[in-house]
Amino acid sequence: MLVKEMSAMNAISEAGGEGTRPSPPRPKVRLRIINAKVSRGGALFLGGLPFLFVAIAYLIASTQRLAVNPSDKLLPSPAQMWSAFLDLATVPDKRSGDLVLWVDTYASLLRLFAGVGVATLAALSLGIAIGFIPRVRAFLLPFVTVVCVIPPLALLPILFIALGLGETAKITLIALGVAPVMVRDIANRVMELPSELVAKAQTLGGNSWTMILRLVLPQVMPRLITCVRLALGPAWLFLIAAEAIASTEGLGYRIFLVRRYLSMDVILPYVAWITLLAVITDWLLVRLSRAVSPWAHPVEAR
Amino acid sequence: MSRIVVHGLEKSYGDARVLERVNVTAEAGEFLSLVGASGCGKSTFLRILLGQEQQSSGVVIVGDGPIIPEPTPQRGIVFQRYSVFPHLTSIQNLQLVEDFRSGGPFGRVFGARRANARQEAETMLERVGLAHARDLYPASLSGGMQQRLAIAQTLLGRPQILLLDEPFGALDPGIRVEMHELLTELWTEHGMTVVMVTHDIGEAFKLGTRVLVFDKVRHDPQFPSAYGATITYDLRLDRKTRASSHHLAKVAAMVGTTRPDTAMATTAS
Repeated sequence: MLVKEMSAMNAISEAGGEGTRPSPPRPKVRLRIINAKVSRGGALFLGGLPFLFVAIAYLIASTQRLAVNPSDKLLPSPAQMWSAFLDLATVPDKRSGDLVLWVDTYASLLRLFAGVGVATLAALSLGIAIGFIPRVRAFLLPFVTVVCVIPPLALLPILFIALGLGETAKITLIALGVAPVMVRDIANRVMELPSELVAKAQTLGGNSWTMILRLVLPQVMPRLITCVRLALGPAWLFLIAAEAIASTEGLGYRIFLVRRYLSMDVILPYVAWITLLAVITDWLLVRLSRAVSPWAHPVEAR
Repeated sequence: MSRIVVHGLEKSYGDARVLERVNVTAEAGEFLSLVGASGCGKSTFLRILLGQEQQSSGVVIVGDGPIIPEPTPQRGIVFQRYSVFPHLTSIQNLQLVEDFRSGGPFGRVFGARRANARQEAETMLERVGLAHARDLYPASLSGGMQQRLAIAQTLLGRPQILLLDEPFGALDPGIRVEMHELLTELWTEHGMTVVMVTHDIGEAFKLGTRVLVFDKVRHDPQFPSAYGATITYDLRLDRKTRASSHHLAKVAAMVGTTRPDTAMATTAS
């Protein structure tokens, strides 16, 4: 069958390519689908398909509903959403005089990064201590393991009662929510360091502290950044939950506020905006990892 | 340099005894090759000398006193794998030695001492033929280059005793011969005591001044792990015994892994 196909190809190239040299026949083999490579353009096309599909489905549904009832609020048209979004971004609020979108974004990101920042510092210091020092491991690992399984949202009322309704409670919720998993992950990574490397560092004159600085820290750095990327998902969840319950500004607060008026034209752009912020943060973290630990990304380093 | 005295050493993991009644004395500057079947405890013996593991009973004296039960700069080590730091380039790997040795709480030396350390590292890199790879990470070095870097790094630590755990086990035969030459040169230069674990009997005869065979002498068919291995054969090598196929065949038969003719070929290389 192969031979037949090849000769067919030859015939075509001879017939079609007048004057040009017939290119050497490439065996046209049907690869297994697990071996078939995707070209760059193909990947772009395939990756874009689901987005396109959702957008078209929404457009059709929206147009149909608006055709029946032009004042329908459930599925606003893109133009309606864009004008609502632009209003929030550029027109000062009548009561407070603020540009609502930017005030919300600033407040939310501040909480998010403060919470995740505290959790990252905890993960780094506690994780390395637990992973590297057997005494600290014996002291703290059981505790951290137990804290890990407490559902953070169940702690929310306690935090609001104990710390008040201000920023502290929200930042604490985010930090408490993501830190235990990060601590455990970093501790595991440190424990997975080949014992050969630790032994070798000691034969070269490293002590516990300098080994943390020169061996453990650089080795866990890529993992830490991956940890932060994974933690940002739950962090957004806790942020929006905390803002929905007690807040006066913030992206989560706004969404839950306008929900009362069925303002889908505000909610949907806000969700898209949050998604965009999350994607940008993630992309920046990947770049950071490549800059900080080029050795962990051998392909890009070349 | 440093002598090693081991007397009545025993090592068990729970019920399983790995080593028993190990007695050996190595004078300063000797090159011991440890051979034996897989899993006979020669690597365990090396890890005890390193301080990574402790003997269950018996005496180990290194230098002037009992062994310190953790790795120290007195004893350098080259493992078969994971021997260099993957997050540092070749030159950084070598500079790390001075950083650890006298870098203080930052684990880093600065100023003139940094320049000195860099110079020393460059010289050593050239010495082991890695000058062209100074800014590459270990991941992009071949196995032989990584081991050369590991040996260079360990030697910069100026250990009194050099421990080698199958350092050339993962290398191609051609590169292995190169590495033998490099190691012999460096050993003659620095004159430290060397203890090398190897599977390759030819290599053991070629490099060592003494070949020690680890094997079990007592067997319990009901409970195979009841007895451990000990040193069953201790051969001092001079020019005559090194070339003798008789001794080589004898050791090969004891270890029961390598064919004598291939071992002969390695020794001759």
